Amino acid sequence: MEKSIPAKARLLKSEKNWMNGEVRGKIIVFLCAIIMISATIAITIFLATKGVQSFTKNGVSLIEFLTSKQWNPADPAKPLYGALPFIVGSFAVTFLSALIAAPLGIGGAIFMTEIAPSWGRKILQPVIELLVGIPSVVYGFIGLTVLVPFVRTHIGGLGFSLLSGMIVLSIMILPTITTIATDAMSSLPNTLREGSFALGATRWQTIRRVLIPAALPNLLTAIVLGMARAFGEALAVQMVIGNVKDMPHSLLDASATLTTIITLDMGETTFGSPENNILWAMGLLLLIMSFAFILLIRYLSSRRKI
Amino acid sequence: MNSKAADRVATGVFIAIALVIVAILAGLLSFILINGLKHISIHFLTTPSSNLLAGGGIRDQLFNSFYVLFVTMIITVPIGVGGGIYMAEYAKPGKLTNSIRSCIEVLASLPSIVIGMFGLLMFVTLTGWGYTIIGGALALTVFNLPVMVRVSEDAIRSVPRDQKEASLALGITHWHTIKTIILPSAFPTILTGAILAAGRVFGEAAALLFTAGQSTGRLDYTDWNPLSPTSPLNLFRPAETLAVHIWAVNTQGLIPDVKDVANGSSAVLVLSVLIFNLMARWLGSLIHRKVTATK
Repeated sequence: MEKSIPAKARLLKSEKNWMNGEVRGKIIVFLCAIIMISATIAITIFLATKGVQSFTKNGVSLIEFLTSKQWNPADPAKPLYGALPFIVGSFAVTFLSALIAAPLGIGGAIFMTEIAPSWGRKILQPVIELLVGIPSVVYGFIGLTVLVPFVRTHIGGLGFSLLSGMIVLSIMILPTITTIATDAMSSLPNTLREGSFALGATRWQTIRRVLIPAALPNLLTAIVLGMARAFGEALAVQMVIGNVKDMPHSLLDASATLTTIITLDMGETTFGSPENNILWAMGLLLLIMSFAFILLIRYLSSRRKI
Repeated sequence: MNSKAADRVATGVFIAIALVIVAILAGLLSFILINGLKHISIHFLTTPSSNLLAGGGIRDQLFNSFYVLFVTMIITVPIGVGGGIYMAEYAKPGKLTNSIRSCIEVLASLPSIVIGMFGLLMFVTLTGWGYTIIGGALALTVFNLPVMVRVSEDAIRSVPRDQKEASLALGITHWHTIKTIILPSAFPTILTGAILAAGRVFGEAAALLFTAGQSTGRLDYTDWNPLSPTSPLNLFRPAETLAVHIWAVNTQGLIPDVKDVANGSSAVLVLSVLIFNLMARWLGSLIHRKVTATK
């Protein structure tokens, strides 16, 4: 009798302690994970309510915002809120930079996985990691001091141009595309390569006819992720693109993007004024585009073949 | 052209692409270091910056960068590791887990300027703090958290199953196993990931423009009281970091030696990030050797 009671009491007590630590630990880490959801919801709600104020409170027409080329929100008599030049600028630099970076990035990935898997990877992998590490303002600064004068003297125009913006961006998104494309290529099963070689195909035929089609959804994901990064990049582009608030007509024209106008004007306008609110509408547009890129990536990865 | 020749041409093209990528990096690094290193001196690193005159340094900006980074990591690391533990150990497949995963994906792909705008709304305007270090650090937390969660989750998942099962088989509870078995053996990987993330935070500027501000008040480095307005440790003061400084002198600077200051600052920034990268590798492998007793 005397023996069993203390033992039982001890067992209960220690179990209770364990339970407490157990539950407490689980609750703490669960809360950490919940922060992720609450941050996303908070960002969406805050930016959405602030972003629609232009249209609900200041009476800006959504059609004008999306399709008009006239931008002069600070004009007291007749403010103009056409953001089309910036929307066009954003999409132009994004697509053009992807056009340069995609072949380079996928080519680099194929070099690392197919041409020289041993030594090539050892050299190129750290190179890519270092390129990721260089901060975006440094890219912008180098663009400003090297690229802009180069474009001005050798190609024409002012130097501050869509062309400069797209070159800077394509270097910035190159590591993103290369990394994901390398993962995509190296996750292809070796039987594909061996089967193709056994049929007498050369390496190039194998890459072009077998490997690239098999990895295509993942390679497209790599390009879309790179484009998402290019679309949202602000400071590096702002330093080289010239920030002219007109519609660009050629690659050598200075222009502006959604992000560069936000960067420039956010500090110059009074919080809550119509010319400030319209910037938030542009921020909301960036957020919506970022969701659209994610949906596109989801769609692509659902089509993954292997 | 027969297929053999096409194969040779294609191989040549791929090698050329690889060379172009290496050349881009070599060009960038040598440009930054050759132009920048000659401007880095003790004087440059220890003089406050000047708004109008030549010869300013980057003392305050450098301190601010490290301080903002430090505060950010203090907030991010515990939450990120906690989130990683949840995702790797507790999360059951289902709607909740899926939505957490989607949210991590969304946060990771948000443009940093959008995070900066959210920070401006939430930590600057709504709280009434104005431009502050803590506001900047909280915005950077949003920016850094998804990376930290992913890194910790991967690190925890890569701990061998046998270790966890042996511990559970000895009757040790799940949470105690996590604390004493899984976390220590995932620690080197988490540390490496955290240092790499720190390098990313160190160079971030767009999220800080509207949250930590583009100016720094006069600082008195002998004042260690975090509540005093001139103390460098004060969390509620505006702070311009090094990355923001590079942007600001280039786009709106009035000083005559913009190029020199920007060159020097870029070199300091890139060198710091390089040191972060090297340190991450070195520390990771060092601790890995110590805890696993392998060569």
